[in-house]
Amino acid sequence: MIGWLTEPFGEAIVARGLLELLLLGLLSGGLGCWLVVSGMSGATESLAHGMLPGLVVATLLGVPLLLGGAVGLLVAAVAIALVTRLPLTPDVATSIVITSLLGLGVLLGLSPSAPAGLGGLLFGDLLGVTDLDLALAAGLGAAVTGLLVVLHPRLLATGFDRFNARALGHSVFAVDVVLVVLLAAATLVAVQALGSLLVAAMLVGPAATARLVSSRVAPMMLLATVVSAGASVVGLLVSYHAGIAAGGAVVLALGGMFLVTLTARELTDGLRRRRIA
Amino acid sequence: MSAQPILVADDVAASYPGARVPAVASLTFEVRAGDQVAVLGPNGGGKSTLFRLLTGELNVGGGRLDLPARRCAFVPQTERSRLDFPVSALDVALMGAVSRMAWWRRPGRADRKLARASLKRVGLGDRMDASFGNLSGGQRQRVLVARALVQDAPIVLLDEPFRGLDAASTELLEVVLRELAAEGRGVLTATHDLEQARGADLVLCLNRVQVAFGPPQTTLRREVIERTYGGNLVELGPDVTGVLTDGHPGGAS
Repeated sequence: MIGWLTEPFGEAIVARGLLELLLLGLLSGGLGCWLVVSGMSGATESLAHGMLPGLVVATLLGVPLLLGGAVGLLVAAVAIALVTRLPLTPDVATSIVITSLLGLGVLLGLSPSAPAGLGGLLFGDLLGVTDLDLALAAGLGAAVTGLLVVLHPRLLATGFDRFNARALGHSVFAVDVVLVVLLAAATLVAVQALGSLLVAAMLVGPAATARLVSSRVAPMMLLATVVSAGASVVGLLVSYHAGIAAGGAVVLALGGMFLVTLTARELTDGLRRRRIA
Repeated sequence: MSAQPILVADDVAASYPGARVPAVASLTFEVRAGDQVAVLGPNGGGKSTLFRLLTGELNVGGGRLDLPARRCAFVPQTERSRLDFPVSALDVALMGAVSRMAWWRRPGRADRKLARASLKRVGLGDRMDASFGNLSGGQRQRVLVARALVQDAPIVLLDEPFRGLDAASTELLEVVLRELAAEGRGVLTATHDLEQARGADLVLCLNRVQVAFGPPQTTLRREVIERTYGGNLVELGPDVTGVLTDGHPGGAS
């Protein structure tokens, strides 16, 4: 049994994959919670999917994915801003742009001249993370965590009372810009390991699970970090022993943890209600 | 109560961006330290606009407003509060400290002490760790008052703070507001309740322009109230008049 648990992590590539996930877990612990309580889960998914054409073009041109992703994000942002000027609600405008960009990304990636890397861009390459990926994830994790610690009181005050934030001396615009910039940076770094489709799950999933059972933000962040680490270990173990894709297994483990937590909460609430009745 | 004026408005007007006509105009009044001012007027009469002007959310569109920056604490109506946000009553009270700090500073031990004391002051000493969303409407309103107490500003603005409060909470809040004024703060309360306004030192009547300003004896007269509320007055008896707000009598006079 112990061997079953430890054997996979004796292999360097699996251990590196786990390290990368733990570092990204720091991000989902802090930033992910703000994204969830600020109602930005949709934006997270949109950014991650919208950058796909940029990633594909970067692969085709042989330039760093980081650059392609950044340009892709910029194009998606401009396109959304333009489409929002049409008489459409923002969610419809965003959906149109993001699904189109995702389609364009797939089209480019499946062209005969494309190298066989599209799968990696969509689902990442968790077991192929480089030293640069790890360094980036560590640096970003530290920077984001530090910034979130400093800004915590203001993010809390603004998020709680957005409508009256200005009257209370806070800038909603500044807070939104900070969150979107951090989200863009986190997406760019995490996409290397997790791919365009799975990165949103890693950012939002742990926070959504933690939100189910947390009534304050700071404990929610700690719990989200633990959930993320737990899902990473479980996902990698299952992936190793069952021979399935690592990224997909980790995201499935996240989904499983959400479901288990939700069920446990509903059962406890039900018992409590019955006891009161 | 004559003290230094802490707020002076001289023919002030304010418009929302893009609007052709000002939302409120001809504001000429003075608030001194220790004044309790009732701001009376129909919905859309300019009460909220005045508060947005004072908190710096709206720019002065004309006239002169003498009010140093960030001098107002604001207590909004609780209806717009997010109930799903994971914060405790103490967290919310502590947010008042954040309002008066530079962005990189965090509330310290003294702020926490003040936040606890403020919650006790509004009668929520035993609910400090409760989730904000699990409190009753009246309790939530009092938490927002505690947040303003922690903000520790010389001027306190309250937007219909008595709405939805039970008798005990109303009495408690009235005491707190009187204490705030006694501490030398200016307390401005938007209300529809003529009875409440009668208890104030000064009454400011708004109906898109300033209709009247002065002590209750001179402002809470029938012709002033009629001009403030238009035709929305109802006779409740020989000497009793009420104001119709949203179809409900808002108070009697």
